[in-house]
Amino acid sequence: MNPKLTRRRFIKGVIASGVAAASTSLWYSASGQNRPAGAVERLLTINVNGQSRRVDVAPQETLAHTLRYKLGLTGAKLGCNRGECGSCTVLADDVNIYSCSTLTHEVKNKAILTVEGLRAADGTLHPVQAAFIQELSPACGFCTSGQIMSAVALLKSNPRPTRAEARQALSGNLCRCGAYDHYLNGVMRASGQLS
Amino acid sequence: MTYMHIGKDFTPPDIEGKVTGAARYAEDFRRDGLVFARLLTSPIPAGRVVNIDASEALAMPGVLGIFTADDLPESKPPANPALAKEFITYIGQPILAVAAESEELAEAAIERIVVEYERRPFVVDPLETLIEGGPDPYPMGNSLIRTGEAAAGTTASGTGVGQIKWTADQVASFRAGRFPTGANFPEEWMYGDVDAAFAQCSTIVEEPFVTIGYPHHSLESRTGMAYWENGKCYFHGSLQSHTVGHDALSAMLEIDPANLVFINENTGGGFGSKIFPYPTMAVTGRFARKLNRPLQLRITRAEEFYIGSARSGMQGWIKVGLRDNGRVGAVDVAIVGDAGAGGGASGSSAAEHISIMYQPENMRFRGMSLYTNTAPRGAQRGPGQNEMAAVLSPIMDKAARQAGIDLVEFRRLNAPGMEAKIGPRQGGLSSSYYPEALQMAAAEFGWEQKKALPRQISATKVRGIGVGEGYHSAGASGYDGLLRIAPDGKIYLHTGVGNLGTYSYAAVVRAAAEALQCSWENCVVVHGRTDYHLQHSTYQGGSNTMFTETRSSHVAAMDAIRKLKEIAAAQFGGAADDYSIGGERVFLTSDSSKGMTYGEAAQKAIEMGGEYSGASFPEDIHNTTKRAVQGLAGTGLIGVGKDTLPKSGTTPGFAVAMVEIELDTETGKFDILNYTGIAECGTIVHPLGLRQAMNGGGVWGFGMAGYERHVYDPQNGLPANVGLYQSKPPTYLDVPVQMNCSATDMPDPQSPVGARGIGEPAQGCAVAALMSAISDALDGHLFNRTPVTPDMIVNHIAQNGFNTGDLKTNTF
Repeated sequence: MNPKLTRRRFIKGVIASGVAAASTSLWYSASGQNRPAGAVERLLTINVNGQSRRVDVAPQETLAHTLRYKLGLTGAKLGCNRGECGSCTVLADDVNIYSCSTLTHEVKNKAILTVEGLRAADGTLHPVQAAFIQELSPACGFCTSGQIMSAVALLKSNPRPTRAEARQALSGNLCRCGAYDHYLNGVMRASGQLS
Repeated sequence: MTYMHIGKDFTPPDIEGKVTGAARYAEDFRRDGLVFARLLTSPIPAGRVVNIDASEALAMPGVLGIFTADDLPESKPPANPALAKEFITYIGQPILAVAAESEELAEAAIERIVVEYERRPFVVDPLETLIEGGPDPYPMGNSLIRTGEAAAGTTASGTGVGQIKWTADQVASFRAGRFPTGANFPEEWMYGDVDAAFAQCSTIVEEPFVTIGYPHHSLESRTGMAYWENGKCYFHGSLQSHTVGHDALSAMLEIDPANLVFINENTGGGFGSKIFPYPTMAVTGRFARKLNRPLQLRITRAEEFYIGSARSGMQGWIKVGLRDNGRVGAVDVAIVGDAGAGGGASGSSAAEHISIMYQPENMRFRGMSLYTNTAPRGAQRGPGQNEMAAVLSPIMDKAARQAGIDLVEFRRLNAPGMEAKIGPRQGGLSSSYYPEALQMAAAEFGWEQKKALPRQISATKVRGIGVGEGYHSAGASGYDGLLRIAPDGKIYLHTGVGNLGTYSYAAVVRAAAEALQCSWENCVVVHGRTDYHLQHSTYQGGSNTMFTETRSSHVAAMDAIRKLKEIAAAQFGGAADDYSIGGERVFLTSDSSKGMTYGEAAQKAIEMGGEYSGASFPEDIHNTTKRAVQGLAGTGLIGVGKDTLPKSGTTPGFAVAMVEIELDTETGKFDILNYTGIAECGTIVHPLGLRQAMNGGGVWGFGMAGYERHVYDPQNGLPANVGLYQSKPPTYLDVPVQMNCSATDMPDPQSPVGARGIGEPAQGCAVAALMSAISDALDGHLFNRTPVTPDMIVNHIAQNGFNTGDLKTNTF
């Protein structure tokens, strides 16, 4: 056995060549994955909700896909899957982004925060989550995790926003039920401006 | 009346899951061995499938099979088929499904399938098919024929396709906004002597109008997942109703209802489009059975536009006459409804809105439902009533102004009160406090003060104020209530209504907690899966849940209380009537030491058996409820019953809104400065829930007034706006910074807790008030259509003539 060819090196080489992609998953063969050797690293370690998660990510894979279907974090929803509704909003280094329109590879070096990561270690709800319950902010709830993440992003940069500022900050998140007034009440309550 | 639970806020059991991401919707579920299906949809607006060649796709590794119309029972027009073959009637109509080991493979396989089509003539404007020699959307005709009673929101039965044609002159007359003399309208009703009454009127207004249909755009699409296990189908779906859809879905899958487990704890919006099972659910369940694999059929946002159904459009003409005293003496209205491809228009409901909100002394309605090769239509939040509210309000304002009457005073003069009548039969109402609601709105909004404000705000900004009203029937009877008291003292309140997001599924069972005088903390709401033993409950839609299900919950509680007292009497002696309840105990009224806890009574019920434990049950309950009781039998004290409480007349839901806007005459954009909505829905059951319904309905009203519409290319039948941003639901920036709503909070005598529904009127009042305000800002100008877009406003102000073409639905 070639002493230079360790098992680890062999596996890395196979991954880099794309052979593994072609042979182990029908998904890759059907979606144009056969890329030139070394084009994109496939195995990533990404920081999600404070934890390092190892995951196999295709080059064109969206963050929403990785979170929902590979990491089991289904809180971010696919309302449109094309950057129109905001139901898939998560934070990348404290900035709210549409995970349906962000490639996982683009944010591999950023800290990703999803709605599942908001609770404190002791299970206490985040102030935005608690306020949204108090104000009965969610209606059908499908857009709620996106609304929450945009609100969390806002309060990180502006802890006491005016109602108009909150309205502007959340305007990338559609609510088809029209619960905007209740979400804004929730933001004002979470920021200590409504009692 | 002082209540323990009614009128108090509570934390709905499902809300924490919504803020933590734990709440799961149909697409969030996975199953070992899951395969993925996608749809191939029609690229042509009308025609038929001649041949399907899927050989190349089926040869792809990982592709598992296709599913076509041949795998389904034959569907007859105008029923909207799950998969089309002989009758393609709109672009985007599903033709077949492909299943593969991954979604991407399924998508790739679709690209390899060759479908040969035969084209037919098509039409997107209902007046085009109405004209003699015009194209028909179906080979056999263009109009809806009612051959029997069809279930609300469906065209599965009781309808057929006929043909109606007018002369070219009649169509031209209607297009130009005049009544088409001698034209055939298959639907007609009248009360009083309309023609004679107009002769008695001193003010006459005659106007055409158009409202444009638009998609529901529920944020959760119709994606579903099904698998078969031990002879049962487990179906993760997205419906706004629950048990009422169970039998229908079983029928679609051709299985015994006992062999279907429908799982749907959360629904990401429905707004009428998911009241009953929809056609693609048949594909999901049957394709899973054919492949013997768990199968998910994803419906994309774009597909949702096509197959998600939509509001009907309507084109009409109305003549209104006022008598000297300001009362509406006569109304004559004619409506051509656009039913799309396989739906039903809502002309009669639209006319009914006029009849109740303005109480015309004489009235005639003439109408028809015409099909077009556009998206299928179905129920959407106040179908008929709300689009009529939108166009009617400015027209009534015009009549009031012509008669020199203040807009609010005019509405007060004609408001439906306790003695109000509705529709062609002029039946009565269960109650109405609408005049009080109108008065509340004027006071809270400050109508008189705002009326006195200057209209011109700045060189380019003008103010407008408006008032509008919404109505929908809001309650039924005859459904079943079910609860179980367990030996541990917990009270399990079962409900088979869906979880649309209004929290009414939980609010209504508080009527049972109220009757049982038990703490909410000791109650468990049982819902979301039919194998949780759920009873036959109403469909959740049409402002229906609150009245209907507080009644059935109350009935179940009264049955449980009777049994508690009988069990106590058996234990301690005397008659059941000698016993009372309180503190979750049943006890001898004259000596409260002689009694037992609810938990002890439940244990006793199990020992006594029979009706106490659910071993037997009333004959008049629905089969679904019988199955549920059988499933619960022997586990506690069962309270169950069918709602046979007295009910007469129409149960109404009313709302009134007032709006102040600032309109920019340079851009045509308007901002809503103030919004006040007042609900008249009986007793308030859940204050925050009511606020949410009113505010959410308000947002829907703003969408109808200003943004949402179908646009079709008449040359090719192509829809021009298949996304959210093109037929745009209002965003945060399109609604007021703060909304104000309130309610009369006066009880309806036919509900045990006084409650009625409000979901539909909440939109109608808002769109009507906003349309009224836009008109007011422009010196009473009537656009006679929804939506009113900024370009229309700018064109009007510029008087450039661009707005003067004939009114049309769908096309623009």
